[in-house]
Amino acid sequence: MTAQKVREIVSQHGRLSVPVAQLPDEGDLYGAGLTSLATVGLMLALEEEFDVEFPDNMLSRKTFGSIASLASAVEELSGRRASV
Amino acid sequence: MSGDPYQTYLAELIDARLLIPSGVRGVYGRGGAFEEIIERFDAYVTRAGADRQPERIRFPPLLTRANYSRTDHMETFPNLMGSVHSFTGDDRAHLGLMNRKAAGEDWSEGLPATEVMLTPAACYPLYPTATGTLPAEGRTVDLQSYVFRHEPSDDPARMQIFRMHEYVRLGTPEQALEHRNEWLRRADEMLKAVGLDVKTVVANDPFFGRGGRVMAATQREQELKFELVVPIVSAEKPTAVASSNYHMEHFGHIFEIRTADGAFAHTACVGFGLERIALALFRTHGFNSLRWPSDVRNTLGI
Repeated sequence: MTAQKVREIVSQHGRLSVPVAQLPDEGDLYGAGLTSLATVGLMLALEEEFDVEFPDNMLSRKTFGSIASLASAVEELSGRRASV
Repeated sequence: MSGDPYQTYLAELIDARLLIPSGVRGVYGRGGAFEEIIERFDAYVTRAGADRQPERIRFPPLLTRANYSRTDHMETFPNLMGSVHSFTGDDRAHLGLMNRKAAGEDWSEGLPATEVMLTPAACYPLYPTATGTLPAEGRTVDLQSYVFRHEPSDDPARMQIFRMHEYVRLGTPEQALEHRNEWLRRADEMLKAVGLDVKTVVANDPFFGRGGRVMAATQREQELKFELVVPIVSAEKPTAVASSNYHMEHFGHIFEIRTADGAFAHTACVGFGLERIALALFRTHGFNSLRWPSDVRNTLGI
Protein backbone atom coordinates (compact mmCIF):
# COMPACT_ATOMS: atom_id res chain seq x y z
CA MET A 1 0.00 0.00 0.00
CA THR A 2 1.40 3.32 -1.08
CA ALA A 3 0.62 5.30 2.06
CA GLN A 4 2.38 2.70 4.22
CA LYS A 5 5.50 2.84 2.07
CA VAL A 6 5.40 6.66 2.03
CA ARG A 7 5.12 6.57 5.80
CA GLU A 8 8.29 4.46 6.04
CA ILE A 9 10.18 6.86 3.80
CA VAL A 10 8.93 9.86 5.75
CA SER A 11 10.15 8.21 8.91
CA GLN A 12 13.60 7.61 7.39
CA HIS A 13 14.06 10.96 5.62
CA GLY A 14 11.60 13.43 7.13
CA ARG A 15 13.60 14.24 10.26
CA LEU A 16 10.35 15.07 12.03
CA SER A 17 10.21 16.27 15.60
CA VAL A 18 7.48 13.74 16.48
CA PRO A 19 7.41 9.98 15.80
CA VAL A 20 5.79 9.34 12.42
CA ALA A 21 3.72 6.55 13.99
CA GLN A 22 1.82 9.19 15.96
CA LEU A 23 0.78 11.02 12.80
CA PRO A 24 -2.40 10.23 10.89
CA ASP A 25 -2.09 10.05 7.10
CA GLU A 26 -3.70 13.46 6.88
CA GLY A 27 -1.47 14.94 9.60
CA ASP A 28 0.43 18.14 8.76
CA LEU A 29 4.05 17.15 8.13
CA TYR A 30 5.29 20.74 8.31
CA GLY A 31 3.53 21.11 11.63
CA ALA A 32 5.35 17.92 12.69
CA GLY A 33 8.70 19.55 11.97
CA LEU A 34 9.36 18.81 8.30
CA THR A 35 11.84 21.42 7.09
CA SER A 36 12.37 22.54 3.51
CA LEU A 37 15.78 20.90 3.58
CA ALA A 38 14.39 17.59 4.73
CA THR A 39 11.79 17.90 1.98
CA VAL A 40 14.57 17.61 -0.58
CA GLY A 41 15.84 14.34 0.88
CA LEU A 42 12.28 13.09 1.13
CA MET A 43 11.57 13.94 -2.50
CA LEU A 44 14.68 12.17 -3.77
CA ALA A 45 13.95 9.08 -1.66
CA LEU A 46 10.34 8.90 -2.88
CA GLU A 47 11.42 9.28 -6.50
CA GLU A 48 13.91 6.47 -6.09
CA GLU A 49 11.54 4.15 -4.26
CA PHE A 50 8.60 4.59 -6.63
CA ASP A 51 10.62 5.25 -9.77
CA VAL A 52 8.78 8.49 -10.48
CA GLU A 53 9.80 12.09 -11.03
CA PHE A 54 7.84 14.94 -9.49
CA PRO A 55 7.06 17.54 -12.15
CA ASP A 56 7.61 21.21 -11.29
CA ASN A 57 3.94 21.87 -10.61
CA MET A 58 3.95 19.24 -7.87
CA LEU A 59 7.06 20.57 -6.15
CA SER A 60 5.02 22.50 -3.63
CA ARG A 61 4.31 22.62 0.05
CA LYS A 62 0.86 21.19 -0.67
CA THR A 63 2.26 17.97 -2.14
CA PHE A 64 4.63 17.48 0.76
CA GLY A 65 2.13 18.56 3.41
CA SER A 66 0.94 15.11 4.49
CA ILE A 67 1.51 11.40 3.98
CA ALA A 68 -1.87 11.21 2.24
CA SER A 69 -1.05 13.97 -0.25
CA LEU A 70 2.34 12.39 -0.96
CA ALA A 71 0.79 8.98 -1.48
CA SER A 72 -1.80 10.43 -3.81
CA ALA A 73 0.88 12.29 -5.78
CA VAL A 74 3.00 9.17 -6.08
CA GLU A 75 0.02 7.11 -7.21
CA GLU A 76 -0.92 9.68 -9.78
CA LEU A 77 2.63 9.75 -11.10
CA SER A 78 3.08 6.02 -11.26
CA GLY A 79 -0.30 5.60 -12.93
CA ARG A 80 -1.34 3.12 -10.30
CA ARG A 81 -4.33 5.08 -9.10
CA ALA A 82 -6.92 2.57 -7.90
CA SER A 83 -9.63 2.17 -10.48
CA VAL A 84 -12.59 1.20 -8.39
CA MET B 1 22.92 46.81 -33.32
CA SER B 2 20.61 44.00 -32.35
CA GLY B 3 21.50 41.12 -30.11
CA ASP B 4 21.37 40.44 -26.43
CA PRO B 5 20.16 43.56 -24.58
CA TYR B 6 22.23 42.65 -21.52
CA GLN B 7 25.42 42.49 -23.59
CA THR B 8 24.46 45.77 -25.24
CA TYR B 9 24.03 47.59 -21.93
CA LEU B 10 27.24 46.02 -20.64
CA ALA B 11 29.12 47.26 -23.71
CA GLU B 12 27.75 50.77 -23.13
CA LEU B 13 28.87 50.71 -19.51
CA ILE B 14 32.34 49.58 -20.55
CA ASP B 15 32.56 52.23 -23.30
CA ALA B 16 31.65 54.88 -20.73
CA ARG B 17 34.40 53.53 -18.40
CA LEU B 18 31.81 52.97 -15.69
CA LEU B 19 32.79 49.30 -15.60
CA ILE B 20 36.20 47.92 -16.51
CA PRO B 21 36.15 44.35 -17.80
CA SER B 22 38.44 41.78 -16.21
CA GLY B 23 38.10 39.02 -18.78
CA VAL B 24 35.78 37.06 -16.49
CA ARG B 25 32.03 37.51 -16.80
CA GLY B 26 30.55 39.25 -13.80
CA VAL B 27 33.86 40.58 -12.44
CA TYR B 28 34.57 44.25 -13.16
CA GLY B 29 36.61 47.15 -12.01
CA ARG B 30 34.53 50.17 -11.08
CA GLY B 31 35.27 53.51 -12.73
CA GLY B 32 35.33 56.67 -10.58
CA ALA B 33 31.90 57.87 -11.71
CA PHE B 34 30.38 54.48 -10.92
CA GLU B 35 32.10 54.31 -7.55
CA GLU B 36 30.91 57.78 -6.63
CA ILE B 37 27.28 56.71 -7.03
CA ILE B 38 27.95 53.62 -4.91
CA GLU B 39 29.41 55.82 -2.18
CA ARG B 40 26.53 58.31 -2.33
CA PHE B 41 23.89 55.61 -2.15
CA ASP B 42 25.79 53.80 0.60
CA ALA B 43 25.77 57.01 2.66
CA TYR B 44 22.06 57.47 1.87
CA VAL B 45 21.37 54.01 3.31
CA THR B 46 23.35 54.95 6.41
CA ARG B 47 21.32 58.17 6.84
CA ALA B 48 18.04 56.33 6.31
CA GLY B 49 18.75 53.94 9.18
CA ALA B 50 20.41 56.35 11.61
CA ASP B 51 17.27 56.83 13.72
CA ARG B 52 17.44 53.16 14.68
CA GLN B 53 20.92 53.67 16.14
CA PRO B 54 22.38 50.51 14.64
CA GLU B 55 25.71 49.04 15.71
CA ARG B 56 28.04 49.46 12.77
CA ILE B 57 30.23 46.44 12.04
CA ARG B 58 32.39 45.69 9.01
CA PHE B 59 33.55 42.18 8.23
CA PRO B 60 35.97 41.31 5.44
CA PRO B 61 34.25 39.42 2.63
CA LEU B 62 35.11 36.08 4.20
CA LEU B 63 33.38 33.56 6.37
CA THR B 64 35.30 30.94 8.30
CA ARG B 65 34.97 27.50 6.77
CA ALA B 66 33.82 26.15 10.15
CA ASN B 67 30.98 28.68 10.33
CA TYR B 68 30.12 28.16 6.67
CA SER B 69 29.70 24.47 7.44
CA ARG B 70 27.28 25.26 10.25
CA THR B 71 24.93 27.02 7.81
CA ASP B 72 22.96 25.19 5.14
CA HIS B 73 24.44 27.22 2.29
CA MET B 74 25.98 24.08 0.78
CA GLU B 75 22.61 22.33 0.92
CA THR B 76 20.79 25.23 -0.71
CA PHE B 77 23.26 27.08 -2.97
CA PRO B 78 26.23 24.75 -3.64
CA ASN B 79 26.66 26.18 -7.13
CA LEU B 80 27.17 29.72 -5.79
CA MET B 81 29.84 28.99 -3.19
CA GLY B 82 33.33 30.43 -3.18
CA SER B 83 35.81 28.16 -1.46
CA VAL B 84 39.33 29.53 -0.93
CA HIS B 85 42.25 27.14 -1.51
CA SER B 86 45.97 27.67 -1.23
CA PHE B 87 49.30 25.90 -1.35
CA THR B 88 50.83 24.26 1.71
CA GLY B 89 53.37 21.88 0.16
CA ASP B 90 57.16 21.66 0.28
CA ASP B 91 59.78 22.51 -2.38
CA ARG B 92 59.14 19.32 -4.28
CA ALA B 93 55.39 19.98 -4.39
CA HIS B 94 56.11 23.58 -5.40
CA LEU B 95 58.13 22.33 -8.34
CA GLY B 96 55.24 20.10 -9.38
CA LEU B 97 52.89 23.08 -9.17
CA MET B 98 55.16 25.22 -11.37
CA ASN B 99 55.62 22.41 -13.86
CA ARG B 100 51.89 21.94 -14.22
CA LYS B 101 51.49 25.68 -14.75
CA ALA B 102 54.28 25.75 -17.34
CA ALA B 103 52.75 22.79 -19.16
CA GLY B 104 49.41 24.59 -19.28
CA GLU B 105 47.81 21.96 -17.10
CA ASP B 106 45.26 22.44 -14.32
CA TRP B 107 47.59 23.40 -11.46
CA SER B 108 44.75 23.95 -9.00
CA GLU B 109 44.04 20.28 -8.48
CA GLY B 110 45.07 19.11 -5.07
CA LEU B 111 45.36 22.56 -3.52
CA PRO B 112 44.06 22.15 0.03
CA ALA B 113 41.16 24.17 1.34
CA THR B 114 42.01 27.09 3.61
CA GLU B 115 40.09 28.02 6.73
CA VAL B 116 37.98 30.54 4.82
CA MET B 117 35.17 30.82 2.28
CA LEU B 118 34.08 33.93 0.37
CA THR B 119 31.04 35.36 2.09
CA PRO B 120 27.74 34.76 0.28
CA ALA B 121 25.84 37.59 2.04
CA ALA B 122 26.94 40.51 4.18
CA CYS B 123 25.09 39.22 7.24
CA TYR B 124 26.54 35.68 7.29
CA PRO B 125 29.67 36.55 9.30
CA LEU B 126 27.53 38.33 11.91
CA TYR B 127 25.42 35.43 13.21
CA PRO B 128 28.29 33.27 14.53
CA THR B 129 29.49 36.26 16.56
CA ALA B 130 26.03 36.75 18.08
CA THR B 131 25.87 33.41 19.94
CA GLY B 132 24.44 33.94 23.41
CA THR B 133 21.60 35.96 24.86
CA LEU B 134 20.39 39.18 23.28
CA PRO B 135 19.41 42.25 25.29
CA ALA B 136 15.65 42.67 25.75
CA GLU B 137 15.53 45.31 23.03
CA GLY B 138 17.32 42.96 20.62
CA ARG B 139 20.07 44.17 18.30
CA THR B 140 20.13 46.13 15.07
CA VAL B 141 23.35 45.92 13.07
CA ASP B 142 24.56 47.89 10.05
CA LEU B 143 26.77 45.80 7.76
CA GLN B 144 28.36 46.39 4.40
CA SER B 145 30.60 44.05 2.49
CA TYR B 146 31.52 42.69 -0.86
CA VAL B 147 29.80 39.31 -1.30
CA PHE B 148 30.56 36.52 -3.74
CA ARG B 149 28.20 34.37 -5.80
CA HIS B 150 29.55 32.11 -8.47
CA GLU B 151 27.18 32.84 -11.32
CA PRO B 152 29.05 34.13 -14.39
CA SER B 153 26.70 36.15 -16.58
CA ASP B 154 26.61 38.75 -19.33
CA ASP B 155 23.97 40.65 -17.39
CA PRO B 156 25.92 43.56 -15.88
CA ALA B 157 23.51 43.42 -12.92
CA ARG B 158 24.47 39.84 -12.17
CA MET B 159 27.98 40.30 -10.85
CA GLN B 160 29.95 37.56 -9.16
CA ILE B 161 31.23 39.98 -6.55
CA PHE B 162 29.35 43.05 -5.42
CA ARG B 163 28.53 45.12 -2.35
CA MET B 164 25.54 44.70 -0.11
CA HIS B 165 24.58 47.21 2.59
CA GLU B 166 22.41 45.51 5.18
CA TYR B 167 20.50 46.20 8.35
CA VAL B 168 20.02 43.06 10.39
CA ARG B 169 17.65 42.71 13.32
CA LEU B 170 18.07 40.01 15.93
CA GLY B 171 15.37 39.62 18.54
CA THR B 172 11.85 38.38 19.12
CA PRO B 173 9.59 37.34 16.22
CA GLU B 174 7.75 40.67 16.63
CA GLN B 175 10.99 42.67 16.50
CA ALA B 176 12.23 40.80 13.43
CA LEU B 177 8.93 41.13 11.56
CA GLU B 178 8.63 44.81 12.42
CA HIS B 179 12.12 45.33 10.98
CA ARG B 180 11.31 43.44 7.81
CA ASN B 181 8.06 45.33 7.25
CA GLU B 182 9.37 48.75 8.22
CA TRP B 183 12.33 48.37 5.85
CA LEU B 184 10.14 47.25 2.99
CA ARG B 185 8.35 50.55 3.42
CA ARG B 186 11.51 52.60 3.82
CA ALA B 187 13.36 50.97 0.93
CA ASP B 188 10.41 51.59 -1.37
CA GLU B 189 10.34 55.24 -0.32
CA MET B 190 14.11 55.61 -0.69
CA LEU B 191 14.24 54.10 -4.17
CA LYS B 192 11.26 56.16 -5.36
CA ALA B 193 12.95 59.28 -4.02
CA VAL B 194 15.84 58.71 -6.42
CA GLY B 195 13.50 58.31 -9.36
CA LEU B 196 13.48 54.53 -9.70
CA ASP B 197 10.33 52.77 -10.85
CA VAL B 198 10.30 50.28 -7.99
CA LYS B 199 7.85 47.54 -7.15
CA THR B 200 7.77 45.19 -4.16
CA VAL B 201 7.20 41.54 -5.01
CA VAL B 202 7.11 38.27 -3.10
CA ALA B 203 10.25 36.40 -4.06
CA ASN B 204 12.27 33.29 -3.49
CA ASP B 205 15.96 32.54 -3.30
CA PRO B 206 17.50 30.65 -6.23
CA PHE B 207 17.71 27.36 -4.33
CA PHE B 208 19.70 24.71 -6.14
CA GLY B 209 18.21 21.83 -8.06
CA ARG B 210 14.74 20.35 -8.25
CA GLY B 211 14.59 20.02 -4.51
CA GLY B 212 15.21 23.75 -4.45
CA ARG B 213 11.87 24.24 -6.17
CA VAL B 214 10.10 22.91 -3.12
CA MET B 215 12.10 25.24 -0.93
CA ALA B 216 11.33 28.14 -3.24
CA ALA B 217 7.62 27.33 -3.22
CA THR B 218 7.66 27.09 0.57
CA GLN B 219 9.48 30.39 0.90
CA ARG B 220 6.91 32.07 -1.34
CA GLU B 221 3.94 30.52 0.41
CA GLN B 222 5.27 31.74 3.74
CA GLU B 223 6.08 35.16 2.25
CA LEU B 224 9.51 35.17 3.86
CA LYS B 225 11.32 37.07 1.12
CA PHE B 226 10.35 40.27 -0.60
CA GLU B 227 12.31 41.95 -3.35
CA LEU B 228 12.23 45.51 -4.57
CA VAL B 229 12.52 45.26 -8.32
CA VAL B 230 13.37 47.92 -10.88
CA PRO B 231 13.57 47.62 -14.66
CA ILE B 232 17.23 47.92 -15.65
CA VAL B 233 17.65 46.19 -18.99
CA SER B 234 14.23 44.59 -19.23
CA ALA B 235 10.80 45.89 -18.21
CA GLU B 236 9.35 42.37 -18.34
CA LYS B 237 12.06 40.93 -16.13
CA PRO B 238 12.89 43.70 -13.68
CA THR B 239 15.97 43.29 -11.48
CA ALA B 240 15.93 42.98 -7.69
CA VAL B 241 17.92 45.89 -6.25
CA ALA B 242 17.04 45.32 -2.60
CA SER B 243 15.38 42.62 -0.57
CA SER B 244 13.95 42.22 2.87
CA ASN B 245 13.87 38.80 4.42
CA TYR B 246 12.51 37.20 7.54
CA HIS B 247 14.54 34.13 8.52
CA MET B 248 12.36 33.14 11.48
CA GLU B 249 14.57 31.23 13.97
CA HIS B 250 16.81 29.77 11.23
CA PHE B 251 20.05 31.51 12.22
CA GLY B 252 19.10 31.75 15.89
CA HIS B 253 18.85 27.98 16.00
CA ILE B 254 22.06 27.27 14.05
CA PHE B 255 24.18 29.73 16.01
CA GLU B 256 22.49 29.44 19.41
CA ILE B 257 21.31 33.03 19.56
CA ARG B 258 18.62 33.48 22.20
CA THR B 259 16.29 36.20 23.34
CA ALA B 260 16.14 37.35 26.95
CA ASP B 261 13.37 34.81 27.66
CA GLY B 262 15.52 31.92 26.43
CA ALA B 263 13.79 31.30 23.08
CA PHE B 264 15.76 31.09 19.85
CA ALA B 265 16.13 34.55 18.37
CA HIS B 266 14.37 35.42 15.15
CA THR B 267 16.26 37.43 12.57
CA ALA B 268 15.41 39.61 9.61
CA CYS B 269 17.50 41.63 7.23
CA VAL B 270 17.17 44.24 4.55
CA GLY B 271 19.89 44.34 1.93
CA PHE B 272 20.60 46.99 -0.69
CA GLY B 273 22.53 45.75 -3.73
CA LEU B 274 24.70 48.79 -4.29
CA GLU B 275 26.02 47.94 -7.76
CA ARG B 276 22.55 47.08 -9.01
CA ILE B 277 21.16 50.33 -7.66
CA ALA B 278 23.96 52.27 -9.39
CA LEU B 279 23.22 50.41 -12.63
CA ALA B 280 19.51 51.20 -12.29
CA LEU B 281 20.28 54.88 -11.66
CA PHE B 282 22.60 55.12 -14.69
CA ARG B 283 20.05 53.34 -16.84
CA THR B 284 17.17 55.54 -15.66
CA HIS B 285 18.88 58.94 -15.56
CA GLY B 286 21.81 58.58 -17.97
CA PHE B 287 25.54 58.11 -17.58
CA ASN B 288 26.30 61.69 -16.52
CA SER B 289 25.16 62.10 -12.93
CA LEU B 290 25.51 65.89 -13.14
CA ARG B 291 22.56 65.82 -15.51
CA TRP B 292 20.34 63.77 -13.27
CA PRO B 293 17.13 65.46 -12.01
CA SER B 294 17.95 67.94 -9.28
CA ASP B 295 15.77 66.24 -6.64
CA VAL B 296 17.62 62.97 -7.25
CA ARG B 297 20.98 64.74 -6.96
CA ASN B 298 19.86 66.50 -3.79
CA THR B 299 18.67 63.25 -2.22
CA LEU B 300 21.98 61.58 -2.97
CA GLY B 301 24.12 64.64 -2.20
CA ILE B 302 25.61 64.85 -5.70
